[in-house]
Amino acid sequence: MASTHEQTAASPHDEGETRRDFLMLAAGAFGAFAAGAAVWPLVSQMNPAADTLAASTTEVDLSPIQEGQSITIAWRGKPVFIRHRTKAEIEQAQAVNVKDLPDPQTDAARVKRAQWLIVVGVCTHLGCVPQGQKAGEVRGQFGGWFCPCHGSAYDTSGRIRLGPAPKNLEVPAYEFLENSILRIG
Amino acid sequence: MASPGVVQRVSDWIDHRLPIITFMQHELHEYPTPKNLNYWWNFGSLAGIILVIMIVTGIVLAMHYTPHTNYAFDSVERIMRDVNYGWLIRYVHMNGASMFFIVVYIHIFRGLYYGSYKSPRELLWMLGVVILLLMMATAFMGYVLPWGQMSFWGATVITSLFSAIPLVGDQITTWLWGGFSVDNPTLNRFFSLHYLMPFVIVGVVVLHVVALHTHGSNNPVGIDTKGPQDSIPFHPYYTVKDFFGLGVFLIFSAGFVFFAPNFFGEPDNYIPANPLQTPPHIVPEWYFLPFYAILRAVPDIWFIDAKLAGVVAMFGSIAILFILPWLDTSKVRSARYRPIYKQLFWIFLADCIVLGWVGANPPEGYFVVIGRIATAYYFLHFLVLLPLVGKLERPRPVPTSISEPVLKGGGVRAQPAAAKPMEKA
Repeated sequence: MASTHEQTAASPHDEGETRRDFLMLAAGAFGAFAAGAAVWPLVSQMNPAADTLAASTTEVDLSPIQEGQSITIAWRGKPVFIRHRTKAEIEQAQAVNVKDLPDPQTDAARVKRAQWLIVVGVCTHLGCVPQGQKAGEVRGQFGGWFCPCHGSAYDTSGRIRLGPAPKNLEVPAYEFLENSILRIG
Repeated sequence: MASPGVVQRVSDWIDHRLPIITFMQHELHEYPTPKNLNYWWNFGSLAGIILVIMIVTGIVLAMHYTPHTNYAFDSVERIMRDVNYGWLIRYVHMNGASMFFIVVYIHIFRGLYYGSYKSPRELLWMLGVVILLLMMATAFMGYVLPWGQMSFWGATVITSLFSAIPLVGDQITTWLWGGFSVDNPTLNRFFSLHYLMPFVIVGVVVLHVVALHTHGSNNPVGIDTKGPQDSIPFHPYYTVKDFFGLGVFLIFSAGFVFFAPNFFGEPDNYIPANPLQTPPHIVPEWYFLPFYAILRAVPDIWFIDAKLAGVVAMFGSIAILFILPWLDTSKVRSARYRPIYKQLFWIFLADCIVLGWVGANPPEGYFVVIGRIATAYYFLHFLVLLPLVGKLERPRPVPTSISEPVLKGGGVRAQPAAAKPMEKA
């Protein structure tokens, strides 16, 4: 520091480090930090608020759902498909050669109990809700769901089989509680 | 000349087509500024910065606020409890209004003391009064939005002022309300206008700054710059001074935001609006108190009833500022060289504070008398004292240049000496 000081005193306009450079850098760094600290809350406020986060789990009673039936429930503002699969549907889902799938995944990896398939009902292409929940709706050629927007077809495990969608239907985090209660989220 | 770098070439390309860089260089860098400005000259740029802070926090709050009588209060409480940093953003916005008025009132009194409203800065001053009026309207409508008791009854009282207008008063009030009382239509339009007005203020601020830069800043001595020896470039000298002032002011504001966020507020505004029950003691925000005092001070005058007279006096107390440049007949700008005006200035400042104190108290007993005297003096100052003092007062000799009072010999010969301290080891 002493040598820098002498240099500064001798020739104030000389190129090189001076105390003023240090002050500029320190003030600049502190200013940048302060600006960041001021901007952070303004960005963070757009993330989900506490009440939104508190509403992020939902519970559903599975006992009234007969084999072969499906229900749709709302979770985080999105539809979740719960299908009570028949034996035929389970066998169909397990019989597929995983290597041939666009997004390879075994059926076992997508369910906790084979008769219950739980997936987020949002097409992985561009976010439409695929059809196939109600009796009479088109289920596509693989017996699962069929998206009316761009023609993606899903199988009885919710895996993408045909069409532009890149991924299988998302499996949400869920848990089976006692008395046939399912908790999603 | 060596070939310029990429940044230089890009900025030259832009500047040749859109001279924004030259403009910034002129107005924020070279802009010659009197070299003797004191810290009272910080408050203009401070006001501008607070305007930006208010707009940014306001836009963010509008993302979470619901302008409906059934949801407004709850949506504000949700901002306080659930929205990430909502408490911080709302408290900054809420206290920001008070900070804005503190800064702008200091800015105005600075102008009054140093005669900044005098030729050739009359329009600059008048645009400033327009900004003050817009700020008042914006602050009032913003205060209504949380839909607490003070919001509701403040809105009722202020909009009812217009019912004092002869013949069409009631129709105008109904039109303002969009109904027969302050209700959901009123809240919706106040929200819409509260969002719009700050951008109108930005527009008038631009004109204010254009007018300022036409003749440059006034200064504590109140005489024009006589040449380059009287001024210094705005950057870095005043940018650094403004930044320092900003730092101090932000500490002051943060003190309120973090340690006393409801200092300027009324507890009653945390009670949801109830159209069937007026709070026992209703007062406006502190920055309206002097005007509120004037409103209540005026009695019946001949054939004009007190209600109309009070409203006229209140609006008149601001409108009179528009003609101030012609009411003050003195040729000398700065109060430093006006021994009598200098005293009148301090008396006038005290008078405004007294009016604020009266406005904060119920209109009973001696408050009525004090309020009337202070109101009368307010107008006496502008309408009688200023025109007379300008003629009768004998100003002290004004220096021949800005440099003279600081550097003996007018600063011209002193200039080389200023470089000397560099040799000090």
